[in-house]
Amino acid sequence: MIRIQNLHKRFGRQAVLRGLNLDVASGEIMVVIGRSGGGKSVLLKHLIGLLHPNSGAIFVDGVDITRLGRSAFDRIRERYGVVFQGGALFDSMSVFDNVAFPLREKTPLGTPEIATRVAEKLEQVGLSGMGGKNPAEISGGMRKRVAIARALITEPQVVFFDEPTTGLDPILVNTIHHLIVELHRKFRFTAVMVSHEIPEIFRIADRVAMLHEGVIVESGTPDVIQASTNPVVQQFIHGDVEGVPQHG
Amino acid sequence: MSRQSSAAWPLPLRGLEALGRLGIDVVESIGRFGLFLIQAITYIFVPPFKVGRLAERINFFGFRSLTIVMLTGAFTGMVLSLQIFLTLSRVGSEAFVGPAVAIALLRELGPVLCAVFVTGLAGSALTAEIGIMRITEQIDALTVMALNPTRYLVVPAVVAGIITFPLMTAIYDVVGIFGGYLVAVGLLGLAPGTYFGEMQTFVDSSDIMAGVWKSLSFGIIVPWVCSYKGFHCGHGAEGVARATTQAVVLTSVLILVWDYFLGSVLP
Repeated sequence: MIRIQNLHKRFGRQAVLRGLNLDVASGEIMVVIGRSGGGKSVLLKHLIGLLHPNSGAIFVDGVDITRLGRSAFDRIRERYGVVFQGGALFDSMSVFDNVAFPLREKTPLGTPEIATRVAEKLEQVGLSGMGGKNPAEISGGMRKRVAIARALITEPQVVFFDEPTTGLDPILVNTIHHLIVELHRKFRFTAVMVSHEIPEIFRIADRVAMLHEGVIVESGTPDVIQASTNPVVQQFIHGDVEGVPQHG
Repeated sequence: MSRQSSAAWPLPLRGLEALGRLGIDVVESIGRFGLFLIQAITYIFVPPFKVGRLAERINFFGFRSLTIVMLTGAFTGMVLSLQIFLTLSRVGSEAFVGPAVAIALLRELGPVLCAVFVTGLAGSALTAEIGIMRITEQIDALTVMALNPTRYLVVPAVVAGIITFPLMTAIYDVVGIFGGYLVAVGLLGLAPGTYFGEMQTFVDSSDIMAGVWKSLSFGIIVPWVCSYKGFHCGHGAEGVARATTQAVVLTSVLILVWDYFLGSVLP
């Protein structure tokens, strides 16, 4: 479904992605792990078209999205759902309006149909009756769930999660992960998630890819990653302070 | 040639390289700035039209600025009337206070001061609002929903500016002229008929139209610069604060420069 080939990205003199290769199969949950500041979010921004690579290609269903113009990319984006790190909820709108927003803007659905769908989606994420609240009035965990509801309201084929559990307590982390798995089971979307929630992500991922110094150093099922002999992977998943020296 | 290799150049050449790079950055910034406006103006004529957003922006720029526009308009007219009366009374020409106040307000002070006050009030708020949307990824969210942020955030602001600025300037002028009347007639004893009578003789439609053209162009400049600065703000609260300051300063300077240019071109 998604194939990333030899992706390079530099910011000034700093090379963040250095020939990254990764395949994501249709319908799987792929979790990209790696150290903070290692380029995980940069990779995700390339996939959703917010950044353009210096070189390399990203194929989505065989189409190289790095060569697409804005309107052609927008047609690809209509199949996307994105959950941003901070939720990126529109703070001038209520929870209901946030979730309803993509339907109002991108579909010809009428008000009653939109209301039904939003209520249904809010129920799926456990936020029934919270539609009238403002994003500022709800907790961090609730905001993440609203962001998930908004990302899934258009029933996208691919959903990108940018560290969806950052800043949450362990119980909420598991709640959000459980929600993602449940929704994935129900809607069968392809999920690309950036996270450093170790070991929780091993329970939800179909495959895991370890990003280190701009390249994927290891990828495979959670079992394969946990059994990896790669010292970088072992250091990361065990959280060892001492380990492989860092470059650049 | 790569940057690494230029680091090994002799000092004068490195200075020249830095100067060249600065020049390129400035030209690029001006290009981005201009393209931002061209893009916004192009989208004005391309459906779908965001009528709800436009109404909200008209309220944001127009209605919410009305009190400050009327207050400052009144005092501008009053102080103008006072100073002009005192000056003209030295040569016995105080009868011309009315037309002097009206022409100064209609041609220059009305459009310029109204635009500067609205920049301070609504323009800065627009930069801060868009800047916060930028740093909290709300603009990115619009982009990935395949919704054009320019169409959603900038176009309604520019159209609202084009609609509200001439109207607010007209209100500013009228309130200012009556403020001047209050001082000249009520406080300084000028005959009421003289104030408005001489105005009819000396003020013509070109004075009014000069103000209309200026306010129309300021109605584009203010949302353009303030939206641009919000869109391109730096990181965090500091980035938004800096963008807001820059927006107010740059808009005010552009208003004065453009006012001089139009003032020398318009009849």
